[in-house]
Amino acid sequence: MTVASQVKGTIASLKGARATLETFTIIEENQEAKDRYAHNLHRLDQVIGDMEKRLQVLEYEEPQYKGF
Amino acid sequence: MPEWLMILIRSILLFGLTLVGARLLGKRQSGQLTFFDVVIGIAIGVIVALLSLNLMKNMLGGIIALVVWAGFPIALHYLSIKSKTVRDFVLGKETILINHGKILDDKLMEVRLTPEDLLSQLRRKNVFSFADVEFAVMEPTGDISVLLNKEKQPITPKTLEMDVGRESVPQTVILDGVMMDEALTAMGLNRGWLHTELEKVGVAPENVFIAQVDSTGQLYLDLFDDAIILPKPKTKELLYATLKKSQADCELFALSTQQLQAKQMYADSSQILNDVVQDLEPVLKR
Repeated sequence: MTVASQVKGTIASLKGARATLETFTIIEENQEAKDRYAHNLHRLDQVIGDMEKRLQVLEYEEPQYKGF
Repeated sequence: MPEWLMILIRSILLFGLTLVGARLLGKRQSGQLTFFDVVIGIAIGVIVALLSLNLMKNMLGGIIALVVWAGFPIALHYLSIKSKTVRDFVLGKETILINHGKILDDKLMEVRLTPEDLLSQLRRKNVFSFADVEFAVMEPTGDISVLLNKEKQPITPKTLEMDVGRESVPQTVILDGVMMDEALTAMGLNRGWLHTELEKVGVAPENVFIAQVDSTGQLYLDLFDDAIILPKPKTKELLYATLKKSQADCELFALSTQQLQAKQMYADSSQILNDVVQDLEPVLKR
């Protein structure tokens, strides 16, 4: 497994977690819990963004593995 | 008129009258009857019984007695709601029996309670040593309410300084195989959502005995067929595990890369994910 594909795997699971958290945010009635979810949703977005940027660099450096 | 017919008519009339009287007396539960309430109840009962069996020759006198015994408590209750003085006199006041861990002997005497009675009442509240009690009070109904010492009180998340998530009430969305639209709307959901969720676990709506949705939209089911065991929803636990795994991945990437900038980015991400995991732990795990 190349580093790029490992990073891709992590990004995928982070996106899955983000989606679950988003449904919680929408359904939750309690404002305090809702805020807590929304706050962490924002944090996850930040991490996913950083990781995706890094993935672009990796794919640029090792174009032969791109898409795997 | 034969006597049996008289008794029948009287009984039916008095039955109705007593029912109306009992309704007027109010909704206080029999569990919180004071001694006075019991006396009134017995008095009314005896009068009604005597009247209906025609044991009292003076019918009018009986009715008057009944009206007084039923009317006075109603009037007194009404007055006692309006005035504190009347309330204390009619309903009685609570008596402090134990204060700051000390049994107040003279108060015990006042409510005619022997030490054995007190201990037995405490035992009924699962208190076997009077030293565990900080404060105990006898309510006007004769029940004893007990406040335990701080160190003997049950542990709550607050005493452990533990953060727990806020949670709203679960809604019951299916009862006896029938969908409850009102509960679904209260959660901001609809029948379509419920059908999708049931399809996910492979259950037909009419096979569901009870279904509840918790505040994060997870569906808990009980089926008519007890032989089928459905797995409990694990979305929260899975989310928690996924976040933890991603955090560990980031740490691994940070260790394995040679490039300084990337190392820093992975380390930061790992730190952020760690914060997320810690922040969400109370809502996801507790």
